[in-house]
Amino acid sequence: MRGDQINLQNIIARSATNEPSPQIRSGGVEQVTKLIDVSVCIGCKACQVACMEWNDLRDEVGECDGTYNAPQDLTPSSFEVMRFSEYENEEGDLEWLIRKDNCMHCAEPGCLKACPSPGAIVQYANGIVDFNSEHCIGCGYCVAGCPFDIPRISKKDNKAYKCTLCSDRVYHGLEPACVKSCPTGSIQFGTKEQMLDYGAHRVGKLKERGFDNAGIYDPAGVGGTHVVYVLQHADKPEIYSGLPKDPHISPTVELWKGVTKPLMSAVLGVSVLAGFFHYMTKGPKEEPEDDPDPDQAAAEREQDRHDEERRP
Amino acid sequence: MTNSWVDIRNANIVLSMGGNSAEAHPVGFRWVMQAKERSDAILISIDPRYNRTTAVADYHAWIRTGTDIAFLGGLISYLIESDRYNREYVEAYTDAAHLVREGFEFHDGLFTGYDEARHQYDKATWNFDLDEQGFARRDETLQHPRCVFQLMRRHYSRYSVEMVERICGMPQAKVLQLWDLLAQSAAPDKTMTILYALGWTQHSVGAQMIRTGAMVQLLLGNMGMPGGGVNALRGHSNIQGLTDIGLLSNLLTGYMTLPAAGAQDYRGYIQEKVRQPLLPNQVSYWKYYERFFVSTMKAFYGDAATVENDWCYHWLPKLSEPLYDVLYAVNDMTKGTMTGAICQGFNILAAFPNKAKVLDGLSKLRYLVIMDPLANETGEFWKNHGEFNDVDPSQIQTTVFRLPTSCFAEDDGSITNSSRWLQWHHRAVPPPGEAKTDNAILAGLFQRLQKLYQEEGGAFPEPILNLTWEYSDPAHPAAAELAQEYNGRALADIEDQGRIIRRKGELLNDFGDLRADGSTSCGCWIYSGAWTEQGNMMDRRDNSDPYDIGVTLGWAWAWPLNRRILYNRASARPDGTPWDPNRALIWWSGERWVGADVPDYPIAAAPEEDIKPFILSESGTGHFFASEWLGEGPFPEHYEPLESPIPNNPLHPQNPLAYHNPVARVFAEDRDTFGTFEEFPYAATTYRLTEHFHYWTTHVLLNAIVQPEKFVEIGEVLAGELGIAAGEKVRVRSKRGHIDAVAVVTKRLRPLQVDGRTVHQVGIPIHWGFTGVAKKAHLTNTLTPFVGDGNTQTPEFKSFLVNVEKL
Repeated sequence: MRGDQINLQNIIARSATNEPSPQIRSGGVEQVTKLIDVSVCIGCKACQVACMEWNDLRDEVGECDGTYNAPQDLTPSSFEVMRFSEYENEEGDLEWLIRKDNCMHCAEPGCLKACPSPGAIVQYANGIVDFNSEHCIGCGYCVAGCPFDIPRISKKDNKAYKCTLCSDRVYHGLEPACVKSCPTGSIQFGTKEQMLDYGAHRVGKLKERGFDNAGIYDPAGVGGTHVVYVLQHADKPEIYSGLPKDPHISPTVELWKGVTKPLMSAVLGVSVLAGFFHYMTKGPKEEPEDDPDPDQAAAEREQDRHDEERRP
Repeated sequence: MTNSWVDIRNANIVLSMGGNSAEAHPVGFRWVMQAKERSDAILISIDPRYNRTTAVADYHAWIRTGTDIAFLGGLISYLIESDRYNREYVEAYTDAAHLVREGFEFHDGLFTGYDEARHQYDKATWNFDLDEQGFARRDETLQHPRCVFQLMRRHYSRYSVEMVERICGMPQAKVLQLWDLLAQSAAPDKTMTILYALGWTQHSVGAQMIRTGAMVQLLLGNMGMPGGGVNALRGHSNIQGLTDIGLLSNLLTGYMTLPAAGAQDYRGYIQEKVRQPLLPNQVSYWKYYERFFVSTMKAFYGDAATVENDWCYHWLPKLSEPLYDVLYAVNDMTKGTMTGAICQGFNILAAFPNKAKVLDGLSKLRYLVIMDPLANETGEFWKNHGEFNDVDPSQIQTTVFRLPTSCFAEDDGSITNSSRWLQWHHRAVPPPGEAKTDNAILAGLFQRLQKLYQEEGGAFPEPILNLTWEYSDPAHPAAAELAQEYNGRALADIEDQGRIIRRKGELLNDFGDLRADGSTSCGCWIYSGAWTEQGNMMDRRDNSDPYDIGVTLGWAWAWPLNRRILYNRASARPDGTPWDPNRALIWWSGERWVGADVPDYPIAAAPEEDIKPFILSESGTGHFFASEWLGEGPFPEHYEPLESPIPNNPLHPQNPLAYHNPVARVFAEDRDTFGTFEEFPYAATTYRLTEHFHYWTTHVLLNAIVQPEKFVEIGEVLAGELGIAAGEKVRVRSKRGHIDAVAVVTKRLRPLQVDGRTVHQVGIPIHWGFTGVAKKAHLTNTLTPFVGDGNTQTPEFKSFLVNVEKL
């Protein structure tokens, strides 16, 4: 990794902004990618602990829900969790599929598209999608906009949080904390090209071991992602605790992005003001009718995942 | 480990059995994944549970807990009968050709010499047939009916695939599939490594399980090979160091043993320990026992130890019991015969079986000293913690002293890892608050004791008054000083063949410098070479691997003599060429042994001399026949756990004496604390989780977050029968008590068909107690039985009986 692969000013997309992004820099920046090889993961949660340590997060001491999942879901203080699922294949053989769930850093980020607050969500030239919390108004649109159900709103400060891909570490030429901590080499970090090459190598190895449907998860519906998985059963991503088979940005967000938001943005600064007034008068939970409803979207996705997990 | 962590990457087959390396050793497990990546190795996981290791394994099988000897014994028979073993290796490097003396027999589950009243064997017949010169007779054709090979073959002929299925609950097709895979490593260019941990150790037949694994590796020619070996994955970072430095109550340093009560005569003790070769021309390195022993006594007692007083031999304690282990100590506490205890880094209330008994023992002590970095359960045994520790403090008179100690990063020192590497570490921060290093606490205790003896006399003061204590700060011996003491020094000029090799006062170069005449001092002979005149070898950090075979001789220092793979002479054929040119470790250059590792062998001994590779053993061979070394017999035999889910041992259904291990450590007063399968129908096993380290990390918020609450694992079928859903609370009972926990209902545990019965297994993690920041819980050892292995006295934490009910 080279330190110049991220430059905090080298932003290529910024939420709720029609101003062009900075243009003068060229070269020197490569797309970064984290690869998570599920077939090499032992679910030790070292990455989860490293994430909490690096980002100074301490979640609640929760409860056991009858699985190895703990915490059971992402929270403002858990940017990643391991999800364990027991899968019986067609032959009746058992597989324990363990997936590290965190922000996928989409090339076409639904959160950023949905966000009404200028600059609260940015995308760097290297592909990292980052939340700038000081600009976050806590409206929750990013939650609705995310096809992977990643961002979480904190009750403490009413701001959205998610994995930063350790943009601060990457800025200094380091790999993300989870990558650093992984004992088995399940989590790798490099340029997108390197990771796809390495992923192809791993897929080849898995096919030699009889996983005919092994493949890389880099879904086109969101323009590809800067977090990719190697899956033993890439034809059935949903068996990995409901990894969406064909993720895409929800139609309501596309509508909001495509019609409503430009109209509102016709008035200078209106989106800031809209967000501001929305927050001041109604609070974050009540949304205009044509806005995406984060709670409902999250509930629908939860139902989808529930259904997908139960599919054979 | 016979090999090293890094060396696992050289294996073609990784057998994870009696351990769950991904779960308990996630960092070391990287080498397993590298074996898969580099050499397309296959990983085989055999365990009562489908566990985290199984999640990345290529093949797996469920096995009933406590039955590994049956599976491996069957494998031995399979390898022999299907001629799938490394014959050249077995003939040249093992005791297969040795003849066993007349009189040795095995009948209906018992070897010759069993004393039913004492639960012990008279081992007189368990030995080789010796000729007039004292050498073992051999039949190189392996055909003689009393040769080890034929006796072994006969012994395991009873372990048919049908029998293995009946005992282990593993379908025959699965057994045969796995045996076929494991047999592939009999090829000279294929190796298998066995990774085991407490899943083999913590049984009433634990030592024999490990031995069976070693016998399989000898048959397959995998001992001494890169990517081979029998590899104990150690739990505590320094537990290898514990046994090396002799902290078990029957040991001296470097695996020398304390004398028994009968050995009052020094010369008799030495003659028993000095092992003369059983075959001509062999090394039999224990023949130098007296050099190690005298040098140790000089380290203990300095000038006070002289040839005239038998090097202070008479100051050493003599054991009236084979082993004053922890089970013994707790039993004595309950009887009131042990009245004080020091727990140094030991949470005995949580860590030893039958909590109620341990609690009873601690409650009868006059005083208990806790040396620990944490305020653990043992330090609060007297305190009422509600349902989790429901005691009445007014009824407990024990005075508890808590002495806070430093953690590893708060002191200098060496830690010996599973690979036998001594790695030096430097203090990063001072200990917090009033905490002191263990060295400082023990030094303070010793100095006070010594002063009392000086001032007031007392019974037998000499060993205390004469103990050497030559540290620059007597109140705090520095780690460097202690390390130099265990490495050893010359007390006079040392000569070899007329040439002075070490000047008086110099640090020794290795244990080859040791002398039996009192001119050397050495605190732990196997550690000699760790800190020499060249400096602190343990502090070296050169990770270059010139032969690209995972051997980094410049990284830290390994005992013995910086050898990284034990018995590595066996990695080459008898003629001195490697078995596998692509896996060459050491080889004969024509003048000496050379290669990637330090030869575990006389360096200039030509192949024609026929010096065998296992230089510590009396005949230089790897042993299928253990002679008198183990309590249960020279060949491992399957016995049921003390608490078994079936009514007899299917191998010996008519002999109640052969139901359980006939020499298991059981105290008479505990006989009525064992449950039966009628009352407690499910086979239970305990284990650790990646997220926690024993009972310590429940004090750490990060660990508590990622695994917050006590759970037990129950298979879907059993849960269905009992009406238990995932996440519901259950009560697990044994004859000794109960715990409550959340039910993890899983496909990863399945009912097994064992000898015509359906056996359900229940998994119980050991973690969580009533101190710390995680959710409070009953201690798991409320359930476990007070019974120990027949050799090591290690408690049988891995196999016992429980019942489960929904709360």
